[in-house]
Amino acid sequence: MAEFRMPSLGSDMLEGTLVEWLVKPGDRVKRRDAVAVVETDKAAIEIEVYEEGIIETILAQPGQKIAVGAIMAVIRTEAGKKAETPEKATLKDASQLLAEGASVPAEDKEKKLPSIPEVEARRIKVSPYARRLAAERSVDLSTIAGTGPDGAIGATDVERTTATVITQPAEKAPPTPIEETPREASQKEAPPAAPAAERHAAKDYQTAMRRAIAAAMARSKREIPHYYLQMRLDMSSTLRWLESENLKRPIKNRILPVVPLIKGVSLALRDVPELNGYWIDDRHQISEAINLGFVIALRQGGLIAPAILNADEKCLDELMDAMRDLIVRTRSGGLRSSEMTDATVTVTNLGDLGVETVYGVIYPPQVALIGFGKTMEQPWAENGMLGVRPILMATLAADHRATDGHRGAQFLDALNRHLQEPSNL
Amino acid sequence: MNENEIKHVIFKILKRIAPESDPSTLAPDENIRKTLDIDSFDALNFFIGLDEEMGVTVPESDYGKLNTLSEIIPYLSSRIG
Repeated sequence: MAEFRMPSLGSDMLEGTLVEWLVKPGDRVKRRDAVAVVETDKAAIEIEVYEEGIIETILAQPGQKIAVGAIMAVIRTEAGKKAETPEKATLKDASQLLAEGASVPAEDKEKKLPSIPEVEARRIKVSPYARRLAAERSVDLSTIAGTGPDGAIGATDVERTTATVITQPAEKAPPTPIEETPREASQKEAPPAAPAAERHAAKDYQTAMRRAIAAAMARSKREIPHYYLQMRLDMSSTLRWLESENLKRPIKNRILPVVPLIKGVSLALRDVPELNGYWIDDRHQISEAINLGFVIALRQGGLIAPAILNADEKCLDELMDAMRDLIVRTRSGGLRSSEMTDATVTVTNLGDLGVETVYGVIYPPQVALIGFGKTMEQPWAENGMLGVRPILMATLAADHRATDGHRGAQFLDALNRHLQEPSNL
Repeated sequence: MNENEIKHVIFKILKRIAPESDPSTLAPDENIRKTLDIDSFDALNFFIGLDEEMGVTVPESDYGKLNTLSEIIPYLSSRIG
């Protein structure tokens, strides 16, 4: 038997609300199947399983808030042995965070939070802004027809609906009692009910988002001894090459300048793998897969950094598609748990508004963050000649526990080398 | 398509990209990307939208000239024919 537990979808997550099961008892599941939709402080995420087997028992009910690490279902595995808990490392992280006394009452991993009656939810994709709007206007999202991609609900859908149904009360589901699990039969007292403020968390996404970011970033600054390196990159070859590539393409297939940067970072991480991975339990864990977290700002504030999986193996067109897909799903709903947990490094691009240099804060337990500023025409001296070139400031924020400045310098040098040969990207 | 119709299409595309905004309040010389907080990804979507709705394909080299309504509207009207 394997226990399917609420995964940690990032070191800033303490709990999630089960929106919907995508499987029922008796269903066969395999690795990476999405089995449930969970609402976190940041977004609704499709949760994947990491073992093969048959769903034996479903323990958590839609609407319930569930602490990270709590059992949600039992899976009968072929071997019958207890399978590995997914994302062991990050799970541990989150429980440490819990133990450190964050704003939510610390729960024993084996315990389950009490059931809190919530609005019955079916599987709906909602943009974060639409969600906030709906919460502000007390509109039940399940009553709204979405017109976005895959029927996703956008702000305009909420606005259109609220014009007519704003006075109708939201449908409430009856309170669902928790099913007793064998494990809990002998359990002591029930955990304390969540504070009233928690119950209204759905109405305050901004607060929840800020709290999640606060927890991760405060931990980063508290624990990670950052060092910073920066390098001016001459972008002439990359941009010239990209311009000629884009001329050959219909407008829909044009590649944004950030895409070769992402590919350059991925290839440079192959050369210097020490910057790709985690620092967990006083140990540096280098990741073989290069899953590049890409920071996406949400229009209403806050950010999500979902991962482009195996970024080094994708060509520029595939990377552009992957990035487009991630941005759309980040803003309209439908990210998968692996995209939330598997990032091994993060890239942030703040050049759009003219920022020259980014001094990044590493997303724990990762060990590096690469920042890009705006590409600007600047004087550039080479071979005794002064010219004007498009110059981009690349910065590396890295964890000094995992690497030293020398490795970091090798990484930036490799990045520069790859960008000077754009046709090989 | 007259200038008002062009403006209407532009507002429709912008509203899709920035649903919380009210593009009709944009001043003619206001920088649209900055005022509506549009990143390079959404800027590309804006140009894709112009291509789909009006059949005007803006080459990359012209992106930089098209920052305000007073720059975009004449550019489009001279190309719609």
